Amino acid sequence: MTTLTVPAAQVRHTTRVPSRPTGFLTDTWTVLLRELTPKLRQPASMLFAMMQPLVFLGLFAPLLPDVENGSALQWFVPGIVVMTALMGASMTGADLTAEIRSGSHERLLVSPLSRPSLLVGRALKEVVPVLFQTAVILAVVTPFSFDLHLGGVLVGAVIVSLFAIGLGALSFALATAAKEQDWVFWTVQQMLIFPLLLLSGVLLPLDGAPGWLRFLSDINPMTYVVEAERALFSGEFPADVVTGGFVAAAVVAALGVLVGVRTMERSS
Amino acid sequence: MTNHTHQRPVIRTEALTRHFTRSKKTVEAVRGLDLEIQQGELVAFLGPNGAGKSTTLRMLTTLIPPTSGTAEVAGHDVVRSRAAVRRSIGYVGQGNAAAFVQRGRDELMSQARAHGIPRAAAKARIDELLAAFDLQEYADRPVQTLSGGQRRRLDIAIGLLNHPDVLFLDEPSTGLDPQNRANLQEQIRRLHQDGTTIVLTTHYLEEADALAGRVIVIDHGVVIADDTATRLKERLGDLVLLGFATEADATTAAARAESALTGPTLIDRTGTQVSIRTPRGADSAPAMAIDLAAHGTPAIRMEVHAPTLDDVFLDLTGRSLRESAESTTQTEGAAA
Ligand SMILES: Nc1ncnc2c1ncn2[C@@H]1O[C@H](COP(=O)(O)OP(=O)(O)OP(=O)(O)O)[C@@H](O)[C@H]1O
Ligand SMILES: [Mg+2]
Repeated sequence: MTTLTVPAAQVRHTTRVPSRPTGFLTDTWTVLLRELTPKLRQPASMLFAMMQPLVFLGLFAPLLPDVENGSALQWFVPGIVVMTALMGASMTGADLTAEIRSGSHERLLVSPLSRPSLLVGRALKEVVPVLFQTAVILAVVTPFSFDLHLGGVLVGAVIVSLFAIGLGALSFALATAAKEQDWVFWTVQQMLIFPLLLLSGVLLPLDGAPGWLRFLSDINPMTYVVEAERALFSGEFPADVVTGGFVAAAVVAALGVLVGVRTMERSS
Repeated sequence: MTNHTHQRPVIRTEALTRHFTRSKKTVEAVRGLDLEIQQGELVAFLGPNGAGKSTTLRMLTTLIPPTSGTAEVAGHDVVRSRAAVRRSIGYVGQGNAAAFVQRGRDELMSQARAHGIPRAAAKARIDELLAAFDLQEYADRPVQTLSGGQRRRLDIAIGLLNHPDVLFLDEPSTGLDPQNRANLQEQIRRLHQDGTTIVLTTHYLEEADALAGRVIVIDHGVVIADDTATRLKERLGDLVLLGFATEADATTAAARAESALTGPTLIDRTGTQVSIRTPRGADSAPAMAIDLAAHGTPAIRMEVHAPTLDDVFLDLTGRSLRESAESTTQTEGAAA
């Protein structure tokens, strides 16, 4: 037995580490940092959610006719930015499913981290991939017929970030509810993102659509986000459209966090 | 049992019960558990797959609420004062504590932050734990590239990070090689010496014996024995198997052993083999062999087996572990 014992240093379990109670903000920061660490260590992992949008950009944009006030790209790119946010943030719950399966989520649930912080910290981190992905898309299209209006893009980034926080929170809520069954998560996620995407007018304008389709598009918050992004990315700041985008994104964010926190609190 | 034991229960349960209902079928995972564990005790929950060990630990660590009954850990109710319980405990679950996409050191740091440990103190503590579990080499690699045993050591390091007063370990030694198993036992003993109350689960009587002062055998959600490992083993005895050249020798030897041995002894002869179950059989076997040789019936083979969980189980329930496993195999699998 003695011969088997590792000659490694033994823990001095007598030295107590000073721990202190943490609050909601500290906890949220802890969760946020933990989520971001692997992404920052491997930024390429954030490109995964972009594959589909970039393919759309490459294959769809050349098909678009030029619109009367500017290039097709100018019209198309803001939609692709929102689409990327939708794809990335809606998939993010899958990471939680993996953690529920492996046991690391259980460890966080036993730690003193508060339930709301476990959700809010995760949802907030969605901002980072969204900003990174937006920067990549803009870097790709700016050499072509796309005019970069920095002011508008920055305001647009705030709106799309809020939208991503909300979507991310909803995605985590879905993952929490689905527990370890990832097929439930993916089925619901796929069922929801395509209607959201198609009804938002990202790929095709819904101007000539029948009434019922227009109605569905009108109640889709993503529609307003896309419209606001289109104006902002062209360097315009129409108050009603920008406010509409902000309100829609903020509603999604508030709803997401509310539903997410409730689901997380109820999970145990 | 040790000088750290004070007369204040750190864990107390009353009629603790948990049912699970899946597709209209109810599993009574834990049925009316009454337990008192004193401060500084080192207790092992021993039981077959599906006995309710993990479910009990999950209730005590606030992960799932009891269906009925109550439990207190470190003076706090596990339902009403979850936050206070969480601050006092360390938990190493049956799964992996570190997420696969993370690096070990990062996970240790986030655990430290969760407990509000200042950065400098956390760093020192993390280095200490990485050294203790021989993990320095693997701390900066993604967890998914670690071997099962390396991951398990990381899980344990994470569970110990906050110097918990009460430590719950669910099958901590799963996947560890003998060297790391021995090291883990050493670390657990140290924690015990420092006064930490420890509850661990295991399938191995040897492990429970090597570590714990007290062994609680659980089956079908109820406690079927609560005693020291030594007494559980003594009550059962070692199994001494003797092989002889002829059946006649075996018969003579069996009769001789019968008269020579005292205590609750079971002797059985099959062909040329005699099996003897007797307390402290390992101690009496050499003398027995000499005695038999001196009387003209020398044993030509001898094996001595310490009692296993299976033996304890058979003794306590009249069923072997394998039989009891059969009734639960369908529901297992995913949980294992
Ligand atoms: N979430 C759950 N839903 C349904 N049944 C469950 C759930 N968790 C546990 N059970 C059932 O409760 C019983 C006790 O399970 P538990 O995990 O506590 O066993 P255990 O003693 O830890 O077993 P093992 O040695 O295999 O880890 C089993 O029959 C198991 O199938
Ligand atoms: Mg278990």
